[in-house]
Amino acid sequence: MSVAAPGRRFTMDRRRLVNTVARFREFGILLVLLLLVVITAIGNHNFLSSTNIEGIALDTAILVILAIGETVVILTRNIDLSVGAVLGFSALFVGVVLKVHPGIPVPIALLLGAAVGLLFGLGNGLLVAFGEVPAIIATLGTLGIYRGLIFVYSTGSNQHEITASDLPNNFLALATQTFLGVKLFLIIPVLLILAAGYWLGQTQSGREMYAVGGNSTAARLAGINSRRTVLLAFALSGALAGLGGVLYLARYAQVDTLAGNGMELNVIAAVVIGGTSTLGGVGGVLGTLIGCVLLSVINNSLVLLTDPGSAQFWSRAVYGLVILGAVVADALITGRLQRALRRRRA
Amino acid sequence: MRNLAAASHEEDSIPSTNQPPVLELRHIRKAFAGVVALEDATLTLHSAQVHALVGENGAGKSTLIKVLAGVHTPDAGQILQYGRPVQFHNPAQARDAGVAVIYQEPTLFPDLSVAENIFMGRHPIDSRTRRVRWIALYAEVRALLLQVGLDLDPRERVRGLSVADQQLVEVAKALSLKARILVMDEPTAALTPSEVERLFAIVRRLRGQGVAVVFIGHRLDEIFVLADQITVLRDGVGLGTWPAAELTTDQVIALMVGRDLKTLYEKAPATPGAVSLRVENLRRQGVFEGISFSVRSGEIVGLAGLVGAGRTEVARAIFGIDKLDSGKVWLKEQAVHFASARSAVRAGLAYVPEDRQSQGLVLPLPISQNITLPLLREMARGGFLRPARERAVSQDYANRLRLRARSVRQAVRELSGGNQQKVVISKWLATRPIVLILDEPTRGIDVGAKAEVHRLMGELAAGGLAILMISSDLPEILAMSDRILTMREGRLVGEFDRIDATPVRVMAAAAGQPAALGVGA
Repeated sequence: MSVAAPGRRFTMDRRRLVNTVARFREFGILLVLLLLVVITAIGNHNFLSSTNIEGIALDTAILVILAIGETVVILTRNIDLSVGAVLGFSALFVGVVLKVHPGIPVPIALLLGAAVGLLFGLGNGLLVAFGEVPAIIATLGTLGIYRGLIFVYSTGSNQHEITASDLPNNFLALATQTFLGVKLFLIIPVLLILAAGYWLGQTQSGREMYAVGGNSTAARLAGINSRRTVLLAFALSGALAGLGGVLYLARYAQVDTLAGNGMELNVIAAVVIGGTSTLGGVGGVLGTLIGCVLLSVINNSLVLLTDPGSAQFWSRAVYGLVILGAVVADALITGRLQRALRRRRA
Repeated sequence: MRNLAAASHEEDSIPSTNQPPVLELRHIRKAFAGVVALEDATLTLHSAQVHALVGENGAGKSTLIKVLAGVHTPDAGQILQYGRPVQFHNPAQARDAGVAVIYQEPTLFPDLSVAENIFMGRHPIDSRTRRVRWIALYAEVRALLLQVGLDLDPRERVRGLSVADQQLVEVAKALSLKARILVMDEPTAALTPSEVERLFAIVRRLRGQGVAVVFIGHRLDEIFVLADQITVLRDGVGLGTWPAAELTTDQVIALMVGRDLKTLYEKAPATPGAVSLRVENLRRQGVFEGISFSVRSGEIVGLAGLVGAGRTEVARAIFGIDKLDSGKVWLKEQAVHFASARSAVRAGLAYVPEDRQSQGLVLPLPISQNITLPLLREMARGGFLRPARERAVSQDYANRLRLRARSVRQAVRELSGGNQQKVVISKWLATRPIVLILDEPTRGIDVGAKAEVHRLMGELAAGGLAILMISSDLPEILAMSDRILTMREGRLVGEFDRIDATPVRVMAAAAGQPAALGVGA
């Protein structure tokens, strides 16, 4: 026994180290991101210029907001395919409202978009949690329905497009105004990430998202109302997509009936790359943030590292390849960690 | 002040026998979609007693405890708490009434910490910030883990814990609920003898603290060691409750199955033929090494050892599921090397895995399609399957193995554990193997089905099959094996002939020094 003791102490130390690293699941993808940043910065010195970084940040901002909601939904072992459509509806709807009532204050416009999204999200949540329709089917259906409603609304209101001239200046200032040197526009996703991180990590209702996604039977036996939890996740995802729509309107000042078309795929990719498991119960918004930044950086570096003429043809293919490469690299790193974890138990 | 103290003292003291029972289930009836699971079951629980609930698979034990746990609402019958009628509409209500259940399948969150698993839905919350009070949570969990003898970091993820440790986490959860009634559904099925001892010590301590424990199990020896009262269920009907001291094992079995049954099938001594399987110096880095043995035609070789000794891993490597780092395998004196399970099956090897539900069966499919799964090629003509032939072939096996089912078209999901195991064995027999590897062939199945599986193994061996049986059930190993190999920590540490094998010798080899049996693990 006394001979074994030092060895055991060594294992305990290693165990703690491995545990710490393993608990920070985002470790692998963060390495991939850093690698990509280094490669791009060497290839093109403009990459680290403040203008380029700000561009990446602005691109990422809207993606992050949608991805936070998607993260929560995926944590509960569901999926929300309708976020792009919700963003599109909210953008056009709020745009039309602002055109007709230019006096509406910016915070009210933001809340309005979130409220519209909340209604759509509740629709998804009711279908999944109470209708017991599988989330992928339910939200594929509502994706079509919500997208269709954009056309119905634009035809009904006779507004097929909103441009900068339709929007009040104080609203457009949302995308340009700075606060303490930082774009106001960027403060919203940062605050949301912090709030979502706190909620998911530090409060009971946040932890219940993990419980429901991790083992729904166990969650029910622990007295957690799974239906309410899933409904809440979808409602949140909808509200954030709605809010994202208003920011989309402010940033691009150009919205038609196709706004946000196909965006759900980028959102889901960012969440999954960020380490949130589609099997539920694992992940978090910090990883999602890294995933969003990674996607934007990949996009950006493709523009910077390829010659503008040829990029059109194969940049989508490279984009896909880099995403796959990132996921594989992450899986290898995570796999190695997990093997280390297993070994120490043997 | 004095009154209060006196009252609480009275509650703490061991209750007198004429105190009303903590909980009573009276004449419970429950049917699912017309199928009666419970006809008339009564269970009376007194504090500071261990109450064993026994019956064959499908007798209604699980349904009864799910009624007790508030998962199912009974169709008829009454639940009384301290003599007053109560109703449990959901698990939370039962929990608030002091009922904690440890289910057969651990109901844990694999990716969350031990601490959160114990306090999920009941996190200590800071009333002002609504934040989880992690420090308080971890401190409380650390104390609970100490009570169940677990030396773990409360922040550790559950996924990597052994089954035994996961079970103790469940016990800690029950403790945290201050449960007055603790229900354990087959808690020992996946435990080694020393882990079982550790669990029983905790159960006895809880009993000493006044908890009413309901214990469901198949190993009758364990039940007689632990239980004060025994209730027997058969076909959804409660046959009655007896003090454990007034019953014998044979009586309990007779009550359970409704007929007399020899406790354990004894294999007739074999006349082994030629060597069917021989392995030499098998090694898989960090898992096992130096594994050499042979199995003859007509012989059953038992592979004994503690859970985690590397027995399943050896079987998986021979079968081509996991890679061997070095070593040789001969099948009928022909050197073979299996890169995949598929090539192993073709060569005449069959492996019935430990976890039949996830590795051996396609639960939603009918019996016939499960049995013919490895034989799809033979079942087809011109690329199309012939269902009639599938049914004919599977019917043949169903008859031979005395499968109890409505028809071979019944979904495997609906069968009891014992019958599911027979389907898995049929499936592999249909490939007409030379060597059959059985991994824990009777884990979690009832005595009746167990005896039938044993009889079947005996017949198969007599027919010339070579069988390698991995089992943690010592009586099973001793009764069924012609030879016994013992593994410990990835190495073969003992070989016993049938005549030399005694429980003590095999266990001592499996556990190493007798001292290693006790604490730790």
